[in-house]
Amino acid sequence: MEQIKVEIDGLACEAPKGSTILDIARANGIDIPTLCYDPRLSPYGACRLCLVEVEGARALLPACCAKADDGMVIQTTNEKLERIRKTLVELLVSDHPMECQGCSKSGRCELQRLADKYGITESSFTGEVHEYDLHRENPFVMRDYNKCIMCGRCIRICREVQGVGVYDFVNRGFKAVPGTPYDRPMQETPCEFCGQCISTCPTGAIKARPYEDFGRVAALDMLRNACAYFKMPEEDMMKALGLESWVTRTTCAYCGCGCQLDIHVIDNKIVEITSPVMVGSGQGNLCVKGRFGYDFVSSSERLTRPLIKKKGKFEEAEWDEALSLVAKKLGDTKKKSGPDSIGVLSSARATNEDNYLIQKFARAVIGTNNVDHCARL
Amino acid sequence: MDDIETAKAILVIGSNTTECHPIIGLRIKKAVMQNDCKLIVAEPKHIRLCYYADKWLQLKPGTDVALINGMMNVMVEEGLADDPFINDRCECDRYDELKAMLKDYTPEKVSEITGVPADDIREAARTFANADNAAIIYAMGITQHTTGTDNVMTLANLAMMTGNIGKPGTGVNPLRGQNNVQGACDVGALPNVLTGYKPVTDPETREKFEKAWGVKLPEEPGLTATEMMSAAAEGKIKAMYIVGENPMLSDANLHHAEKALKNLDFLVVEDIFLTETAQLADVVLPAASFAEKEGTFSATDRRVQRVRKALDAPGEARPDNEIVADLAKRMGYEMANVEPAAVMDEIASLTPQYGGISHARLDALPDGERLHWPCPDADHPGTPILHTEVFTRGKGWFAPAEWQAPAEQPDKEYPLTLTTGRVLWQYHTGTMTRKSDGINEIDPHGHVWISPDDAEKYGVENGKKAVVTTRRGDIDIEAMVTERVPNGVIFIPFHYVESAANILTNDVVDPVSKVPEFKVSAAKVKAK
Repeated sequence: MEQIKVEIDGLACEAPKGSTILDIARANGIDIPTLCYDPRLSPYGACRLCLVEVEGARALLPACCAKADDGMVIQTTNEKLERIRKTLVELLVSDHPMECQGCSKSGRCELQRLADKYGITESSFTGEVHEYDLHRENPFVMRDYNKCIMCGRCIRICREVQGVGVYDFVNRGFKAVPGTPYDRPMQETPCEFCGQCISTCPTGAIKARPYEDFGRVAALDMLRNACAYFKMPEEDMMKALGLESWVTRTTCAYCGCGCQLDIHVIDNKIVEITSPVMVGSGQGNLCVKGRFGYDFVSSSERLTRPLIKKKGKFEEAEWDEALSLVAKKLGDTKKKSGPDSIGVLSSARATNEDNYLIQKFARAVIGTNNVDHCARL
Repeated sequence: MDDIETAKAILVIGSNTTECHPIIGLRIKKAVMQNDCKLIVAEPKHIRLCYYADKWLQLKPGTDVALINGMMNVMVEEGLADDPFINDRCECDRYDELKAMLKDYTPEKVSEITGVPADDIREAARTFANADNAAIIYAMGITQHTTGTDNVMTLANLAMMTGNIGKPGTGVNPLRGQNNVQGACDVGALPNVLTGYKPVTDPETREKFEKAWGVKLPEEPGLTATEMMSAAAEGKIKAMYIVGENPMLSDANLHHAEKALKNLDFLVVEDIFLTETAQLADVVLPAASFAEKEGTFSATDRRVQRVRKALDAPGEARPDNEIVADLAKRMGYEMANVEPAAVMDEIASLTPQYGGISHARLDALPDGERLHWPCPDADHPGTPILHTEVFTRGKGWFAPAEWQAPAEQPDKEYPLTLTTGRVLWQYHTGTMTRKSDGINEIDPHGHVWISPDDAEKYGVENGKKAVVTTRRGDIDIEAMVTERVPNGVIFIPFHYVESAANILTNDVVDPVSKVPEFKVSAAKVKAK
């Protein structure tokens, strides 16, 4: 692929032709602030926070949309640009509740980070502010338009990535919001409850109800309040507390797509599931099962002790008793009727390692090839 | 999987991708919406993907071979086959044999069998053959038939005939229904092969494993899961050890499965819940869930990925590796490796495809990088696309297959064709998803989908209970009257224990793959 050379903030950078200024800057560790940008989506150029100065250009260019040309000399930060950005953030903040303590996005909110960066606690622009009721009519997605900054990411991800298009801007001007057709509840739209809108929303406007409404955990609220108070992003805060291992990267246990999950755990309970953006087969996108279908892990119906059936009823037993019984029964059957009178079913849900040991058990310990799993079902 | 987006045509057949593999569904939608890909959907019922399709071929259940043969007939007649690819990469006399057979599959004749208009078959064939690169995506709608093997072979014929193998955005791509079907097969949880698909009948293979494991290994292939059930019913299998499976909801013809399991002298079930199967057990062992242990899963595209422990298992539940090793020890065999990382090293040492895969290497992969087997050694970058230069067997082997009707045909007594599958909200036998409050608020119970005409004909009302009966049994289930199924076909998802579709399904199997014919049974329906 043809390479081009550009200079960003005095740093010589090389990139494939067709890259945007933002792509090249981020690839070289130069941060340009954005709000309406998500790498999963095509560039939109609405928030104007990524405006940069290009030598010889007639105007400031949005880095997310502007393709870099060979030889471009780009400045991503200077007094003028920062003044513009600060004004933009102030305008957004003028109609956004800024008591971040108590907001479930605190510590992750992109607007909060920018406000902190520019030292904005309240806006110098005052005027009418929105007061909307919360939308919580379905079990998964909660909408709080008071916190919406109209970046359109939810609308675009639903259309571009999910291919469904539940949302669009409804109403005009000050009253515009990303809404459903005729303000219908989401379960009456074609919504698939994948939660991609939740994953892209830069503020607390769209939230996951299973984690924020029903399953809200006090420790998480404390974390968010601390993030707001100390003006720290969530990951830095957890690192400072020595708790960075609360997030575990693993592979989804549902279908065979192999999406990567970040499981957030507090007090041995799953408090949220997210997927890392642009990583793995899902690229940060999940389905309803992957994002919300993990209550089963902490279900009260989980088996916690071995059970032995006595006189038609299960009784709890010690591991030692249960395993000795199994070993004896399988051993006796093998002796009496031969190894091929025993069948072993392994599981397509279990890991490679577990499956390997189970088939090894059938073959090496029992001495039969009667081992299979549910690939056919 | 990442290259699906680059395909210029995709044939989705027997896969409700957006509901059963939603994330692969996203890739297909992206290809269509953003990359000018033509989408052909071959599916009896109207699935969400039909909204995105250029062509929806609404075939009758169990007529896949005829449809694909019909498409290939058009390609031969109109000179659309990729002759250079066939000459270079395939056995030409086999191709001649295929061509001879295809003569009978004119679009008009195929239209009679499948119910798809002849011109639609022609157009689909042209679209597929004329695309620079075209991919086939299939799932259980192809394999869960008595002719499942023929179905797959026929799709392979189509891909080879059009030269769509071994390049990005092409191929015959099966979607594996569960997170680790691929991996379970890879590591030998199959009755006829050891790890890496090495046959148990091969003395050299056995010798290698006998040396590594220090035991003598059985020589004859064992029974498949479906055969084990029959053997149990006949009393030939006397004891079973079932780990993380729920045949009491997933097997075809559940009454038969129940009889088989109850006939066992001894049943031990290891699971995370007291499933319908576990309830029949003599001993139940509590296992750790995927979030409570270390290991790897192999995704449908052979990508091997880490599973990591995020929390502790509840109570005294233990991970499967510890349980099985403990059991082995009590039966007089000490497993050399029990810890997952060491077990993966053992797998790698015995399995050329996994030779270069280790937990350490997977953990060190940067974000966004991935490793697909075959990966023979630690320096090998892995293989995202198979058959790029030559086929595994050398030259491509066309396997012509004639269409055969499903085992059960609708008749006077059972006038409808019942087909089964999944819905977006639930997963397999529901042991996991049905414990999720939110999911069950959206999708509380199962439905039988029936067309408005059939509903009227059989006196069934939308939202009211109906009784569905086949030769195996009957269930009560709420009716959903919808134009998404054609006249003569009803659909029931199999997730729900209270209206278990598999009480109805036919346990007759494909002679080669031993997959039961879940997708076609003759049925009748009436109001309850």
